[in-house]
Amino acid sequence: MAAKIDPAQVRRVAQLARLELSEEEIAQFSVQLSAIVEYIEKLNELDTEHVEPLAHCLPICNVFREDTVQPSLSNEQALANAPDAGDGYFKVPKILEDNSGA
Amino acid sequence: MEWTVCSIRDRIASGKLKSREAVERFFARIEKIEPQVGAFLTLLKETALEQARKVDEKTASGQPLGPLAGVPVAVKDNLCTTFGPTTCASRMLEHFTSPYNAHVIEKLLAADAVIVGKTNMDEFAMGSSTENSGLKKTCNPWDLSRVPGGSSGGSAAAVAARMCAAALGSDTGGSIRQPAGFCGVVGLKPTYGRVSRYGLVAYGSSLDQIGPIAQTVEDAAVLLNVIAGHDPRDSTCVSEQTAPVPDYTAGLEMPLEGLRIAVVESFLEGIQTEVRQAIEEALRLYQKLGARLVPIQMPHFEYAISAYYVIATAEASSNLARYDGVHYGYRSPRAGDYIEVYSKSRDEALGAEVKRRIMLGTFALSSGYYDAYYLKALKVRNLIRNDFTRAFEQADCLMMPVSPTTAFRFGEKTADPLQMYLADIYTIAVNLAGVPAISIPCGLDRQNLPIGLQIVTAPFTESMLLQIARMFESQTDWHTRMPVFAAD
Repeated sequence: MAAKIDPAQVRRVAQLARLELSEEEIAQFSVQLSAIVEYIEKLNELDTEHVEPLAHCLPICNVFREDTVQPSLSNEQALANAPDAGDGYFKVPKILEDNSGA
Repeated sequence: MEWTVCSIRDRIASGKLKSREAVERFFARIEKIEPQVGAFLTLLKETALEQARKVDEKTASGQPLGPLAGVPVAVKDNLCTTFGPTTCASRMLEHFTSPYNAHVIEKLLAADAVIVGKTNMDEFAMGSSTENSGLKKTCNPWDLSRVPGGSSGGSAAAVAARMCAAALGSDTGGSIRQPAGFCGVVGLKPTYGRVSRYGLVAYGSSLDQIGPIAQTVEDAAVLLNVIAGHDPRDSTCVSEQTAPVPDYTAGLEMPLEGLRIAVVESFLEGIQTEVRQAIEEALRLYQKLGARLVPIQMPHFEYAISAYYVIATAEASSNLARYDGVHYGYRSPRAGDYIEVYSKSRDEALGAEVKRRIMLGTFALSSGYYDAYYLKALKVRNLIRNDFTRAFEQADCLMMPVSPTTAFRFGEKTADPLQMYLADIYTIAVNLAGVPAISIPCGLDRQNLPIGLQIVTAPFTESMLLQIARMFESQTDWHTRMPVFAAD
């Protein structure tokens, strides 16, 4: 299960993480992440077959509240930090190709 | 003249000092010292003077004052404020202004505190030296050629150089305690769930906790009084029924009789000699005060760094997915399509360490590796938590170093990220277990660099933790030492 993080693996993970890395970064991360993952595999020294995973340490579980309207940001506030906005919306480059032929 | 939180508050309340004078005094120091230390990303003199004016008006008209009335404090730049930018020291958020205040900011303002500025940090709180700041370099006031620690390096340096009375930081794997140790000040990480994380820019959500960095244990207690307590906007913030918030200053001067201190012998092996000596000296002092040392084992402690760098980076990869170049933050002008808006914006605006952690976390959560890494780390986290539970069945607290060495030089650990991670060995397990811990000054090495003593107690026992810390502080003068550079 030793997963050496080769450049191809770095590219795959970078795509999942939506990070466009340079060739230089890919080479560097391959070396650094391999060393870190190799260190992390120290965890395999431990037998955890009968151990429950612990996601957090709190003495509480589900937290509910009444389903009522709470104060929230105005449209204007929500858009105030957007790199591009207009007509009350976030603006992004065109996502769908124009196939209408019009 | 003392310029601690308590001293300033008392002088303002008794009319001996105006809040405006206190603010001007700290800004005079900032003008003198800050150009060389670089602790702040944003200075907020105008709003600070306005906040001070309100306090002085309240005092003049005899209105009741909040517990931090007129006290100049700084806050880490990952705490959202509607005044001034909230950058997380990242180019991604360089021009971001929050539409709301973090819960702790609301609490500070309601307590009549004055916020002098926002402090530098490792980008998105990822790092142990503040060298990962995308915006600024912060130097350790004790030696300007050395790092202040991190990630709350700006907050610790600002308090150490007395450019504010106290500060808030955040601690995911030691980010309050380690810079406090490196800078010779007090740093408290409360129990996970004690302080609301609403408005704290998320890094590792199951580990992050906000806490005070201060000159004295009492000041830390006063700040914790203000920021602790339930907030429905953070569902992991515990209710008063689960864990009532006491007055953390009550009983602070009362030494604990028959204190049992857990120590792990191997924790003092392989570390800087002077750090070891200072910790041993501190333990001897506690023994003189009637404490008993209880040697214990923590067999899973050595797996903490491995577990942490899976769990924290997994959570980070998810939390930082929100920086998409669309909703807020940086957008690359070179992006052609919407995928590139996401991926190019992130590549151009995020620093190397942030990318490294997003990559590691994405890898650990990716198909085929989830069970082997993420699930495994969560199981080991349980074993580590159990180590602490067992320790606190045998003793009242655990004592150990904050870091294996004193502050290191710039660039000393940046080439090898793993070496930087390994230096967090004593602080990281505490976050995985969710328990409270404090770092207090306990010595200086031969190069006049501060050494920190770390004390850890059971969940929601911050009162006792502070009491134990105060026992040491009241018998020593390490907390009164100042970097020569920042002397009056």
